[in-house]
Amino acid sequence: MSSPHSRHEYDAIVVGGGHNGLTHAAYLAKAGLRTLVLEKNDLVGGAAITEELMPGFSFTTFSYALSLLRPEIIHELDLVKHGFLPLMMPSSFHPTGDGDYLLFGDDHAQNLQEVRRHSPRDADAYERYHRDLDRVCQAIRPLFDSPPPNLWGTDPEDAVDVKWLLDHLGGIDRKTMHDTVRLLTGSAQDWLDDYFEHEAIKGYHASSSIIGSKVGPMSPGSGLVLLFHKMGEHDGHLGSWAFHKGGNGGFTQVLARAAQAYGAEIRLAAPVTSVITTDGRAVGVALEDGTEFRAPVVVSALDPRRTFLELVEPRELPLDLVDNVRRMKFRGVSAKVNFALDGLPVFPALKDTVDHYGGFLNIGPTIEYVEKAFDAAKYGWYSEQPFIDGAIQSVVDPDMAPPGKHVMSCFVQYAPYELRGSDWETEREAFGDQAQAVLESHFPGFGDLVLHREVVTPVDIEARTGLTEGNIFAGEFLAPQMYFFRPAPGWSQYATPIDGYYQCGSGTHPGGCVIGSPGKLASQRVLRDLAR
Amino acid sequence: MIRTTPFHPRLSELNDQHLFTHWQGTLSPLRYSHAPKHEYFAVRNGVGVFDTSPLYKYAVTGPDAEKLLSGALVRDIRTCRPGQAHYTAWCDDRGYVMHDGVVFRHATDEFLLTAGRPALSWFQELATGLRVELEDVTEAYGMLAVQGPRSRAALATVAPEAETLGYFDHVPAKLAGAAVTLSRTGYTGDLGFEITVAADDAVDVLDAVLDAGRPHSIRPFGEEALMTLRIEAGLPLVDVEWHDARLTLSDADCVTPKELGLGWMLRGVRDGSRRFVGSEAIRRELVDGTSRWATTGIVVDADDWDRLYREAGLFPPKSPHPLPYESMILDEGGTEVGYCTSFVYSPVLQRHIGIARVRPDLAAAGTELRLELAVNHHNTTVRIATTPMPFFEPDRKKS
Repeated sequence: MSSPHSRHEYDAIVVGGGHNGLTHAAYLAKAGLRTLVLEKNDLVGGAAITEELMPGFSFTTFSYALSLLRPEIIHELDLVKHGFLPLMMPSSFHPTGDGDYLLFGDDHAQNLQEVRRHSPRDADAYERYHRDLDRVCQAIRPLFDSPPPNLWGTDPEDAVDVKWLLDHLGGIDRKTMHDTVRLLTGSAQDWLDDYFEHEAIKGYHASSSIIGSKVGPMSPGSGLVLLFHKMGEHDGHLGSWAFHKGGNGGFTQVLARAAQAYGAEIRLAAPVTSVITTDGRAVGVALEDGTEFRAPVVVSALDPRRTFLELVEPRELPLDLVDNVRRMKFRGVSAKVNFALDGLPVFPALKDTVDHYGGFLNIGPTIEYVEKAFDAAKYGWYSEQPFIDGAIQSVVDPDMAPPGKHVMSCFVQYAPYELRGSDWETEREAFGDQAQAVLESHFPGFGDLVLHREVVTPVDIEARTGLTEGNIFAGEFLAPQMYFFRPAPGWSQYATPIDGYYQCGSGTHPGGCVIGSPGKLASQRVLRDLAR
Repeated sequence: MIRTTPFHPRLSELNDQHLFTHWQGTLSPLRYSHAPKHEYFAVRNGVGVFDTSPLYKYAVTGPDAEKLLSGALVRDIRTCRPGQAHYTAWCDDRGYVMHDGVVFRHATDEFLLTAGRPALSWFQELATGLRVELEDVTEAYGMLAVQGPRSRAALATVAPEAETLGYFDHVPAKLAGAAVTLSRTGYTGDLGFEITVAADDAVDVLDAVLDAGRPHSIRPFGEEALMTLRIEAGLPLVDVEWHDARLTLSDADCVTPKELGLGWMLRGVRDGSRRFVGSEAIRRELVDGTSRWATTGIVVDADDWDRLYREAGLFPPKSPHPLPYESMILDEGGTEVGYCTSFVYSPVLQRHIGIARVRPDLAAAGTELRLELAVNHHNTTVRIATTPMPFFEPDRKKS
């Protein structure tokens, strides 16, 4: 079949084949655009990849679980047909540091009994807590799932959007609005103190308040991080999580197949160095090897630093935008330590059962423990006793490891991108040892099970995925970097000052995590502009 | 009196919920753990075991055994060779379905028939004058379903026959020193096997299967998981999809095999070349086109479902029991044109699906209809489309 287009001409080019780039490309291709995805690495997925580091052992090198993926994307892109399979994580396990534990599962009444075992007072608080948080999530979900209105726009549609927002906010009851503001501006500790008395129960709920962010649970702003992670849902359960079959790399392979089925083309090992502009409009991209591809629409799925300061000439951009992007905080503090294990670790109080390994395994017994772990990061060093969000994925997906063996993904915090007086190449194994020692203290004999250990530092995250300073959200979740201001005031609707140049990565609204919204919402913007 | 199965002593130890239903007067776990969906995923992504022992089991032997069954069963038993099994059904003389079951042919003159409800006297009456023995051997055997993509790998280590056993074939095997029948059968729509074992050997065999399955994260699963699995597989259930034709007071509770979606069993009925109880009535139904219903799958429009709940300020439920079964199906004009008999949220399909009965002229795949439901205590409808069943049929099921 002959094409009227040259081999290097497309309707749209997406720079970066992470999950948002792929989602975006799939929507554009579905709408009929001849779409090209250019990925610098040898496989798609960005930070959502699965790699077989030892024969039979699949490692989710970076990102490792699903929750926030918007359910409508699953249907709109027909992902089930391409192998979408989120496996339920039935439990959540939180050692309390004194040999005891909190174990939550799929049965609410049993969870209440588990809370009561530690604190009778916290049982009904637990119910109120979840009800209040659910109401906040319900109230702000429409904001989450649509582009932020442009407060500074001059288009009549901007006024319509602003009115919609004000009407929506006006419809939120007083308590829910107040709770929302408390979460968005306050600390996780302040929020949790209003409900719970038991330190471990607070510690359990605080664990999602620090993920990927340079905050401790006592820092203002940690409430926002907590809320963001609660916005996820899985099979109709707010805030619940799943493992995708084959890890998050399995998920991005599904997205790639969907995009290709709609006609998108994906080129691997194709690093883009710059967006080509003519008379202030994007007309294509150039690869490192000098190859050029042409399209009237170029969309960056990279983070805002790369989108605005590397792919294009900052001189072509308004000064305030450049300033904002330069000031944007990307302070990566997260690392991964992934293990291949010869068998299941043993938690002494739960011998002969595996049910506590069916989901996340939280090592961060109390708020104080996690805050102390954060202290080190403030002064440029990694935590002596880090917070660990572990997951033995092979328990839920046996195909991740050979029969009887296991893989364990550990998200470890805090590990600041910049170390004071040393560097990550020097500290890599010492850091891995420290994480492993913490696991050993909760699971005696853990070290004997380790067949292989992979330490992924923030510097590795940056080098492999391109995420600036290894920040997993492509820009921290801080109030001045969200909604109207993500990635910069006036540029939160996926367009850029350069005609034909758009952004669709996690640095845009609503933000990071494997969520798909930036990719989807940006595609709506591109298609709307093309229709004009 | 409540019965227990031969596997109960061990399986009850593995059940930390102590939740049982009474399946035909037998204790049957609703779930083993706090998360039935975890059990469900063991079957869709690993391996699970289910105790199907409560099924009635009838040994049918003797020179006229085939004659009896070919005159009683809807599906032509003469095409079932020794070593094969048939999923089948039987009807009353009006051509209404009584029960379904699986018949295992062990030899020319030796069968084992399973049934969801008691059926001995029915077959005994039909056997009058025939050289055939019928025996209720329900308590003599335990039946253990081992289901899921890893079932073959797990079982092959203790019963190598599993490696090559074909779909709906069965073979005698030795497992944990006990003689068993290993069959490639099940009620989950996935790759799977069933083990029929003498009651006294049941626990030993179960232990061997659990040991073999441990490296594959084997889990026992209960009826809640099974219900989702069997609906995804498009498999009907007695007393849910239909009622025993001999026990109903209203013909509206009865269905013919064709109406139940079992038309594929009816080879040789239309031309009268095959006769069994009810076949003449069914032949007239086929020739005259008098079927009242067609069974079809329905799939709910996910956007419409979410919209209905979100607009009511609610979170869209995606639970195993989001609606009572038997919600009415309406056409665009609001006229009742059918009803849903089973309804569930399918985790592998990420959609609500149902087994339904609609007017035959509306059964073509892709017909858009509406399903009645209550949202926020108001009656409303959600968009659905008819779709062929099974909803979920991985290649591994038959390969």
